[in-house]
Amino acid sequence: MTSAGLNSAETGGSLVSPPLWLLAELTYRCPLQCPYCSNPLQIADLKDELSKDDWLSVLRQARELGAAQLGFSGGEPLVRGDLEELVVEARGLGYYSNLITSGVGLSEKRVAALRDAGLDHIQVSFQSSDSEVNELLSGSRKAFEQKLRMAEAVKAHGYPMVLNFVLHRHNIDQVEEILQLSERLKADYVELANVQYHGWALENREALIPSREQLERAEVVTNAYRQRHPEGMTLYFVVPDYYEERPKPCMNGWGNMFLTIAPDGAALPCHSARDLPMNFPNVREHSLKDIWYESEPFNVFRGDDWMKEPCRSCPEKDKDHGGCRCQAYLLTGDARNADPVCTLSPDRGLIDDALATANHHARQPVPMLFRNMANSDQLIASG
Amino acid sequence: MPEMNAVPALRAHYRLQWEPAQDCHVLLYPEGMIKLNGSAGEIMSCVDGERSVEQIISALQTRFPDAPGVAEDTLEFFTVAHDKRWLEFG
Ligand code: SF4
Ligand code: SF4
Repeated sequence: MTSAGLNSAETGGSLVSPPLWLLAELTYRCPLQCPYCSNPLQIADLKDELSKDDWLSVLRQARELGAAQLGFSGGEPLVRGDLEELVVEARGLGYYSNLITSGVGLSEKRVAALRDAGLDHIQVSFQSSDSEVNELLSGSRKAFEQKLRMAEAVKAHGYPMVLNFVLHRHNIDQVEEILQLSERLKADYVELANVQYHGWALENREALIPSREQLERAEVVTNAYRQRHPEGMTLYFVVPDYYEERPKPCMNGWGNMFLTIAPDGAALPCHSARDLPMNFPNVREHSLKDIWYESEPFNVFRGDDWMKEPCRSCPEKDKDHGGCRCQAYLLTGDARNADPVCTLSPDRGLIDDALATANHHARQPVPMLFRNMANSDQLIASG
Repeated sequence: MPEMNAVPALRAHYRLQWEPAQDCHVLLYPEGMIKLNGSAGEIMSCVDGERSVEQIISALQTRFPDAPGVAEDTLEFFTVAHDKRWLEFG
């Protein structure tokens, strides 16, 4: 292990901190087809996955740079048969490893094997507490029953049960039922995370944004639960940033602590960064150290020299770093602009228009584009 | 404030470890990480689920004979750490 001094590099006069969190997106393959998936639309073009040895090398290099938290995600990480071996290596290296799964492809036996391999934590994502909406949204009938069984198996093997529910217009009115279901399963942590509009979710935005009333009701229900059960499950409620006045401090700053490695080996400062028109370095060609400290894409939005007005002279710029670069690019066409969620942004109207449309449509069905390879192929073909 | 004979233990699924790259102790838990400052790291390192608050304080006083207020600092830290649900008292 190197000392702290050796792990910091001078870039543009400011000290770059080491990556502390590594997100290993093992594959874009997934048995589900969630229309709010944050994976890129061009998944069908990105099928050349890193080998096990590539991943072992990524784990070692990132740990040496300082990463301590590790997430295995995807796609569905359980699709990779070598997951257990990667977990063994991660444990040996001293990572705290988290598996983020839909639960499909998990079996009681696999939970036990992952536990033996040294996995620290499993998070199971649900689309809703109600199996009908759940199946509608995941495009799978059997998925829901399977998830319930796997959530129970996770707990039975001594893991804390962390349930993640992605909220949107079609299930946000069910927060009460979601919490009841979570209690029945004896969950320890429940994340009620509203969709963030990247990747497939942006494509389906009009069908997914909840109305303001829906959002307010869901928050009331969540807070009431917290008050009734001060010692109960820990609830996290993530508001969709469209309804906020300030953007989220995306990734705690670009290239500041988060490092994502995509299934094909692209290194990204954020799992959504593929939305940006940039050439991201690949771990097949460069060391992680060079990627993190030297590469152009990781340095371009570090610090605040890149900012335009109103961020550049804004007293709040250290709080939110101007928000999400991907959202700025996708909605305004320039990644250096303020995140349009910010009410100080001249482009805030784009968000308000989307909200107005969504609030207007809230009671009508809007068709959704399901996340799968066939739809991805079509999107790629149509440019 | 914890009782002097209470025995603190890390909560299940929490792990304390020294991180050379950050030059500090960190507390790791599901999808989270907390950096501990020097004294918090020293106190946490004594938490083994066996020693009582009193024993931990006297161990720290022996190790840092010149540090003032070790008992107060330790009690205060344990109170905060318990509020934050990092540890439990047995
Ligand atoms: S969000 Fe749904 S479709 Fe996307 S990777 Fe997760 S489970 Fe698969
Ligand atoms: S103007 Fe920019 S820096 Fe200021 S609050 Fe808005 S997004 Fe953040």
